[in-house]
Amino acid sequence: MTDKTEKPRSFQEIILRLQTYWAAQGCAMMQPYDMEVGAGTFHPATTLRSLGSNPWAAAYVQPSRRPTDGRYGENPNRLQHYYQYQVLIKPSPPDLQDLYLGSLRAIGIDMALHDIRFVEDDWESPTLGAWGLGWEVWCDGMEVSQFTYFQQVGGHDCVPVSGELTYGLERLAMYVLGIDHVMDMPFNDPAAPIPLCYGDVFRQTEEEYSRWNFDVANTEVLLRHFEEAEAECQAILAQEAEDPKTGKRIIMAHPAYDQCIKASHIFNLLDARGVISVTERQAYIGRVRALAKKCADAFVRTEAGGQAA
Amino acid sequence: MPDLLIELFSEEIPARMQARAAEDLRRGMTDALVAAGLTYAGAAAFSTPRRLALTVQGLPAQSPTTREERKGPRVDAPAQAIEGFLRGAGLTRDQLEVRDEKKGQVYFATITRPGRAAADIVAEELEKLIRNFPWPKSMRWGAGSLRWVRPLHSILCILTDEAGEAQIVDLDVDGIRAGNTTEGHRFMGAGRFAVSSFDDYRARLRREHVILDAVERAEHIWQEAGNQAFASGLEVVEDRGLLSEVAGLVEWPVVLMGRIDDAFLDLPPEVLQTSMKEHQKFFSVKNPKTGRIERFVTVANVETADHGATILAGNQKVLAARLSDAKFFWENDLRIVRERGLEGMAEGLRDVTFHNKLGSQADRVARIEALAREIAPLVGAKPDLAAEAARVAKADLQSAMVGEFPELQGVMGRYYAAAAGHDDGVPEACEEHYKPLGPGDAVPSAPVSVAVALADKIDTLCGFWAIDEKPTGSKDPYALRRAALGVIRLVLGNGVRLSISPILLRRVFLSFYGNPWFDFVANVRELEAHAKRLGFDLSDAKSLDEAAAEMNRKLRSYDPFTGKTKDVDESLIDPAMKKALPRVEDLLAFLHDRLKVHLRDEGIRHDVIDACLAMPGNDDLTLLVRRARALGDFLKTDDGGNLLQGFKRANNILTQAEEKDGVEYSYGADVKFAETDEERALFAALDTAEPAIAAALKAEDFAAAMRAMAALRAPIDAFFEAVQVNAEVQVIRRNRLNLLSSIRRICLQAADLTRIEG
Repeated sequence: MTDKTEKPRSFQEIILRLQTYWAAQGCAMMQPYDMEVGAGTFHPATTLRSLGSNPWAAAYVQPSRRPTDGRYGENPNRLQHYYQYQVLIKPSPPDLQDLYLGSLRAIGIDMALHDIRFVEDDWESPTLGAWGLGWEVWCDGMEVSQFTYFQQVGGHDCVPVSGELTYGLERLAMYVLGIDHVMDMPFNDPAAPIPLCYGDVFRQTEEEYSRWNFDVANTEVLLRHFEEAEAECQAILAQEAEDPKTGKRIIMAHPAYDQCIKASHIFNLLDARGVISVTERQAYIGRVRALAKKCADAFVRTEAGGQAA
Repeated sequence: MPDLLIELFSEEIPARMQARAAEDLRRGMTDALVAAGLTYAGAAAFSTPRRLALTVQGLPAQSPTTREERKGPRVDAPAQAIEGFLRGAGLTRDQLEVRDEKKGQVYFATITRPGRAAADIVAEELEKLIRNFPWPKSMRWGAGSLRWVRPLHSILCILTDEAGEAQIVDLDVDGIRAGNTTEGHRFMGAGRFAVSSFDDYRARLRREHVILDAVERAEHIWQEAGNQAFASGLEVVEDRGLLSEVAGLVEWPVVLMGRIDDAFLDLPPEVLQTSMKEHQKFFSVKNPKTGRIERFVTVANVETADHGATILAGNQKVLAARLSDAKFFWENDLRIVRERGLEGMAEGLRDVTFHNKLGSQADRVARIEALAREIAPLVGAKPDLAAEAARVAKADLQSAMVGEFPELQGVMGRYYAAAAGHDDGVPEACEEHYKPLGPGDAVPSAPVSVAVALADKIDTLCGFWAIDEKPTGSKDPYALRRAALGVIRLVLGNGVRLSISPILLRRVFLSFYGNPWFDFVANVRELEAHAKRLGFDLSDAKSLDEAAAEMNRKLRSYDPFTGKTKDVDESLIDPAMKKALPRVEDLLAFLHDRLKVHLRDEGIRHDVIDACLAMPGNDDLTLLVRRARALGDFLKTDDGGNLLQGFKRANNILTQAEEKDGVEYSYGADVKFAETDEERALFAALDTAEPAIAAALKAEDFAAAMRAMAALRAPIDAFFEAVQVNAEVQVIRRNRLNLLSSIRRICLQAADLTRIEG
C-alpha cells in the first residue's frame, strides 16, 4: 500500500493541501483570527466552540506569536512568529486517528517509508483553564502534531468531547521538504517566476520583533494595557444580558474573550521582557485564567454555546 | 471446560500504564469470576500499545447451583412479617417449610439459586470491570460518557470449548458490541479478522505483525540491539526502564542503529545519553575500548521497503537538532565558567528560593560551606578545599545544561569545575556530594566529597528541623529520611569519628539566634540535663564548673560566615537555645531511629542498640556501632549469655534489696567480710576486671572490654552457686549487696545491660 501522492514543493503547497484535505472531510475552512495569539487553540473557533453541545467542525491556519522564542531569525527552528494548522471537530469522530493519518498522506508522507507513532502527551493550558488527553505524533522521531481530546475548557467539562489536531507548520514542512534551516524553505513554488523562500518573507520581521520583544517594548505601557484589558473584559461581562437599545438578549462573550486574548498576549510580551518574576508569573497566569473562565461561563449561556434561544 | 479470551482494543495506551493495566485486567476479571462461582485453571494478561488481552483457561461452563436456608418468623407471626420474609426470599407461602422449634412452629425457606452460564457471568463482570477500570487517568470521547484511557474501539470476548467451537459473549458497552474480531498492526496489518481461541489469536496477530507479549518484544529489542552493536565492535548501554518503555511504544519492534555526527562526540557521554533517552527514547551505544558513546539505537514500529533508511535518516536529523541545543548549552556553560569561574555561574543562586523559611540557594551554599570547613578535619580533608568545593558544588544548578536536564546536576558540576581549573578532589565533590542517593547507592570515600556530602545533608536536616518540617508517615517531601540515612552511611562507611550533637545544636541554634557567634558559659547549669541527653561526654569533669567549661569548649563557635567574633546579645541566647535544644534532641532521636533500621538490616538486635544508645557518646555513630557490634558478638558467645544471666541475677537481688531497705548499696564492699572462697575469688576477679574494662573502654577496644567482662562469668556463677546473699548477719549481707553493686557498676561501664532482653 504505497502512497503515490507527489511530494509538495513549497511551504504554501503544504498549507493548501491541508486545506483541501480537511475541506473534503467536511470542515468549515475558517480564516485566522485577527488578533495576536500564542497558539491556534486561542482562536474562538476552538476555545469557545469546543464548549456547549452544538456540533462543530472547523480548520484554519493561525499565525501564532511566542515572543520568548525569538532568535533574530538565526536559529534554524525557532521563531517568535510562526504558523499553526488547527482542526477542531465536535463530537470527535471515531475515526479521527485515521482522518489524521490521511492528512499526512495528503502532504506526501508515505506510510510505507515512515514510522508514525502516537506518544503519550497530555495537554494543559493553564491560561485557558483547559486540559485534555492525547499524544504528540512522531514521524521518524520528530514531533509533527499534537492530538488532543478536550476534556475541559475554561473550567467547563466538554460534553460532547472535541478532537483537536494542531500541526506546527514550519517544522512539519521543513521535514517533508527536507530543509535544514527554516529561512531556506521555499515559501512559494521554487519554479515560480519570482521564487520566495521563508527568509525572504520573514527574516527581517523576525529580527525586528526579536529586538522589540526583548529590549524595546515599553513595559509600563504593556502593564497598563494588561490591566485595561482585564478591566474591560470584566466590564463587558458585567453587562445585563438584555440590550436596552434593541431589547434583545445579547451576551457579549466574544468581545469579552478578545480582551482575554489581549491580556494573554501582553503577558507573553512582559514575560519576554523579563519583568515578571517566578512568583508573579503564577499570579498573572491565574488572572488570565479567571478571565477565560468567565468568558466560557458567558459563552455557554449563548445560542452558539448550546443555550436554547 | 471452556477457555475465555478477552481483548480490549483502543487508541494508543501510554507506555507507562500498559503493564499495570494488563495486571489489573487479569486480577479484576479472575477475582470477579471466582466470586461469581467460576474457578479457573490458569490466566495470563498481555498488553501492546493498542490492546489489553486476557486469556483464562479451564472455566466451568456454568457456575454451581447453590442452596441457602433461611429461618423466618413464627407461623403465628403477623401477616406483614411473613409477607416481608417471602418477599426477601422470593418464594410463595406454599414453598415454605414449617419446623417445630422450642418457641413454637417456625417457617423455613430454602432458596435455590441455579447455576448461571459462564457467558452470562463473563458479560456481566467484564462490563463492570470496563466501567470501573482503575486507569491512573481516563477520558471521555465523542458524544459518549464511557471512560477509558483513550477511545475504546472494540471488544473481543469469546468462550472456546474443548471442540474448538468459539461462542461470542453477548455484551454491549455503550454501543460497543463484543465480537470475535480484532485487527493487527496499524500499518502492516490486513484489516479485521476473526479468531477462535487464544492460540489462534496470538498466532494470527503475529502474522498481522503484532507481538502480543511485551516481554517478548523487550527481549527481541535487547537481543537485536546487542547483535547490531556487536557487529560493529560496540555495546549497548543497558537501561531496563527505557527498554520496557520502548517495548510499550511498538507492536512490531524494528531495531535500527544510527551514527551520531562527529561534531557531537566530544560532548560528555552523560549528556549524549540523557538527551537521547529523554527526548528520543534512544539507547546509547558505546565503544568499549574508549567508553565513548558513538552511536544510538532507535526502535521503529514498522518494516519499510527501504529497510528503515528513511526512518533512520529522519531520526538522525532530529537527534542532530537536539544535540545542537545540548552543544550550545555545553559551550555556553564552559565559556561562563572559564571567564567567570563557577562562582560566576553560581551568582544567580541568590535569586533562587531554596525554601521560603530557609532562604535562597545562595544562603544554603554559605551554610554548607561553613559546615564543610568545620567537618573537614574530622574526615581527613583540608578545610580550605572542602570550603572551596562546597562553595561551587551547587553552581551547576544555574547552568543551561542542568536547566534542560535536571538529572545531570552534579555530573555537569564535575565537568564545569574541572574546566574552571579546580582540582584536588573538588570536581569529584561537585558530583559526589549528592551521594548516597538511595540504600543501594555507593558511599563516597574521597575526603573532600565526604566533607561536603555530610555538610549538605546535615544542613538540610537542621534546617527542616528548625522550621519544624519533619517527615510524617509516608510524607517526606524533602527526602529527610534519605538525608539521615546518607549521614549515617557516610559516617559509618568512612569510619568518621564525629560528635554530631554539638554540630546539630549549633546549626539549629543559629537559625533561631540569628547572630552567628555566641558564648555559652552562662547557660550551662540550667541546660546540663539537655547536654546529657545530647550525649556530651562530660564524665571527665570533676565539677559542674569544669563541665560548663567543657560544654563551652564543645559548643563555642567561630562565626561560620565571617570568621570574626561579635558582641553577644545575652538576652537572645536563652530563648534561642531553649527553642533549639528540644529540636536537636528530636533530630538526634530521628538519626538514632534511622540507625536502628539500618543496623537491623545488618542483623544487629534492637535491644543491643538500645543498650549502647544509653551510654555516653551516643552521638558518635561510629563509636556507637562499634560498641553495638562488640556487644552483639559477645552476647552470642556462651560466656556472654551466662554473664548476662549472672548480671541480671545480681541486679535483681540488689534492686529488690535497695527497694526494701530504702538505701543504695554503692559503698565499696570489703574483702575482709568475705566468708567463702567463692566470695574472695569474686573480689579478686572484680579487682582485675574493673581496670581492664576501663582501660579497654578508654582505648575504645570494645572487644577487649567484653573479653574482660567474660572473665567475670565463672566467678559470678560460682558465687551464686555457693553463697547466700541475704545472710543472717547484717554486716555480711550488706557487704555482699555492695559486692553485687560492684558487679553492676563494672558491667554497666560497657553497655546498659539492663536493656538486653532475655
